[in-house]
Amino acid sequence: MSVIDQPLTTTPARTSFITKILRFRELAIVVAILLVFAATYFKNTSFASTASLQQLLSGPSIVILLAVGETLVIVTRNVDLSVGSVLGLSAYLVGDLFVHYPHMPVVLALFIGLLIGMVCGVVNGVIVAYARMPALVVTLGMLYIIRGIDAIIVNGVQILPSQIPQSFINLGAGAVLGIPYLFLIAVGTVAIVGYSMRTFRPARDFYAIGSNPEAAVLAGVRVQRRVFSAFAISGALAGLGGALWLAEFATVASTAGSGYELNVVAAVVVGGVAIFGGSGTVLGAALGALLLNTIDQALVAAGVSSFWNQAVAGFLLLVAIAFDRYVSVGAEKILRVEGAHRGNA
Amino acid sequence: MERVETPDEAAPPNGSDSKRTPDVAPVLVVDGATKFFGPVKALIDGSITLYPGEAHALLGENGAGKSTLVKILAGVYTADGGHITLEGQPVRFANPIAAREAGISVIYQEPTLFPDLTIAENIFMGRHPLRSAKRIDRSEMMKRAEEVFARLGVPLAPGRLARGLSVADQQIVEIAKAISFNATIIIMDEPTAALTEVEVLRLFDVVATLRSEGAAVMFISHRLEEVFAMCQRVTIMRDGAFVKTAPIADITIDDVIFAMVGRDIVSLYGDHTRTPGLNVLEVKHLTREGVFTDISFDVRAGEIVALAGLVGAGRTEVARGIFGIDKVDAGSVTIGGLKLKSGSPLQAMNAGIGFVPEDRRQQGLVMQMAIDRNASLASIRSLSHFGLIRKASERKLAAEWAARLRLKFGRFSDAVLTLSGGNQQKVVLAKWLARQPRLLIIDEPTRGIDIGTKSEVHRLLGELVDQGIAVLMISSEMPEVLGVADRILVLHEGRLAAEFSREEANEASIMRAAAGQMKVSAS
Repeated sequence: MSVIDQPLTTTPARTSFITKILRFRELAIVVAILLVFAATYFKNTSFASTASLQQLLSGPSIVILLAVGETLVIVTRNVDLSVGSVLGLSAYLVGDLFVHYPHMPVVLALFIGLLIGMVCGVVNGVIVAYARMPALVVTLGMLYIIRGIDAIIVNGVQILPSQIPQSFINLGAGAVLGIPYLFLIAVGTVAIVGYSMRTFRPARDFYAIGSNPEAAVLAGVRVQRRVFSAFAISGALAGLGGALWLAEFATVASTAGSGYELNVVAAVVVGGVAIFGGSGTVLGAALGALLLNTIDQALVAAGVSSFWNQAVAGFLLLVAIAFDRYVSVGAEKILRVEGAHRGNA
Repeated sequence: MERVETPDEAAPPNGSDSKRTPDVAPVLVVDGATKFFGPVKALIDGSITLYPGEAHALLGENGAGKSTLVKILAGVYTADGGHITLEGQPVRFANPIAAREAGISVIYQEPTLFPDLTIAENIFMGRHPLRSAKRIDRSEMMKRAEEVFARLGVPLAPGRLARGLSVADQQIVEIAKAISFNATIIIMDEPTAALTEVEVLRLFDVVATLRSEGAAVMFISHRLEEVFAMCQRVTIMRDGAFVKTAPIADITIDDVIFAMVGRDIVSLYGDHTRTPGLNVLEVKHLTREGVFTDISFDVRAGEIVALAGLVGAGRTEVARGIFGIDKVDAGSVTIGGLKLKSGSPLQAMNAGIGFVPEDRRQQGLVMQMAIDRNASLASIRSLSHFGLIRKASERKLAAEWAARLRLKFGRFSDAVLTLSGGNQQKVVLAKWLARQPRLLIIDEPTRGIDIGTKSEVHRLLGELVDQGIAVLMISSEMPEVLGVADRILVLHEGRLAAEFSREEANEASIMRAAAGQMKVSAS
């Protein structure tokens, strides 16, 4: 009887091509960015001017920042829709502080913005992680609540550029070696969080939770604590993003950042973070934001109606999701076919 | 409830059966553990003693409290009462990490892997090897994972994602995880439920390796043949309480079944002779490229035909081809004289085929939906009136089938996921039987179902064919194939390798055909 000698496993090494595709994903976005850039450059060479390049980098910086936090949340199989409102609230409150304390140091302003966001994130985290309510509904509720609070506080009074100290405005508009400060902050955040997500045990828990919540419990992952911290970090980064928004635009109304959450989620998904959690990287999300912004500005530079911009973004979103489906369904299909050949091995 | 320990059960290992129990101190003693969920007594008296180097079976029907006991040992639940002693020290696990660190590893029935992470990371989740500054040392992690697979003698690539692994491979990863903990106690909750016989034999080897390294293996299974082949001692539970512990050599399968169900099951599989009627299903030269080739057979009214073979031989795929879930490339399926279009489950249903899939949770039931609504799912059209479903008719249908199938449940509005595996299977059956099918295709009818309910499912199938329904059954369990079927078709690598009548068939001949050692017999 040769039955016993048959190999137990027929999982061949080459099916790891799925792993390769996933790595390839980030490269594909980089290529897409370069293609869009090149195509636009041929049509309008001013697209490569210093000012244009700086705008290409600083434009998506705040979205990148928020996308980093959103990635953490989505990886845990949740979603944070309140980031746009948190950004708006933080931007206004920090601006209001400048109105009352014009000599507040820049770093302190950023830190306060971050704290304001973190408080909102903590509320989200407590309700989702500990009261076990679905994140979609909780953060949608928070989106409206925070926006409402924002409107009450603002009460029709805008923050104006004249009320913001020049040192803070420089942060939003300035550059070092031609690279905008905003972009450096975004890159720094991506680098730190991205490295941590690969390297530290608690960060790996995020992936475990999103990949299989029940298994995460059994593996001893502190699911509630981790989900809570993902929301807290997302809130904090949205708050920091608010302070930077103030620095970039210097004017804040009660509508600041409304609808932003959708840009952020779109960037994250285009960047290859699975909407059902468990996989994706911060770097991918940042590249996703960069790509969407590049397309946005490319269409402007090419003189295409800005209405196209949203259609293109939507199309990319569908491509990204179709790709995810292909990867997960494809993996199982390959194995099923190979399973039928079991015994030939 | 109080347990009276007979000297035989509680005897120290140097007692009368010192030949079979290791002559050392027990590694784990659980004595009278209890667990209540509100008024529900899930565990009244959980008791078991494990010695290093033994494979110890924990047996009992579904609902006997095995899983609750396992979850207490795994730190998922904390016991409300009783004592647990690990290597002489009283212990109480607050969470799964505590149990794991104490040396207890549990391999669950449903593998609990992270599909998006690599195999290596699945093994080391939450305890990755670290370098300076608490950074994860990936190369060390890969190296250790490879070492574990080398010890098991299994060629799995640690860098591969867990997504898409076969159930057998997933279980190997779970075992690798347990080994990497240097667990002294490894609990396997129905590890063989989804494995083929070949894979089960491999598992036996792995268990033997673990035992020789001094680990105690606690083995939960509904397949008594495996228990008798692999374990040295057996502990039996019933209705949440300890019944007895015995060396395997001193006990027979009948004793075990008697202790489990508390009554005598005359025979697991009743004897029967049936006279089949006309052909209901005719399959001719059915082929799906690369999956199965030139499959031809008939199923007649009033007979059960079993499709046997190793996993991957194409049994489920043939069934799916017949029912029209997958499109076939050549050949025909005729039901009651009507030729079916390939790739149309709706037409197959209308022609009178019912299909009970292998994976109840994924394909057979909507787990969160109520019992009555699940039962009526396939009959929605006949229950609706001007496009609206009448709740009363739905209830009536559910009530009728619940009674006929002896379904054990709380209320019809309860979600199906609250039912035991056997009762879930009855709901799937009810769903299809309510359509009064002429042919019922049933894939692994009793997987993961306890012995008492198993024989009930078999009895039900018997009743159905007596009423003139034709049944095509796929099963990996040899006793089930031999005991239930009137005819047995064996598939090997997508081809029909042999056909046996009930009288001709025996375990050896079926295994030979399944392994490709036999050409089609002239029957």
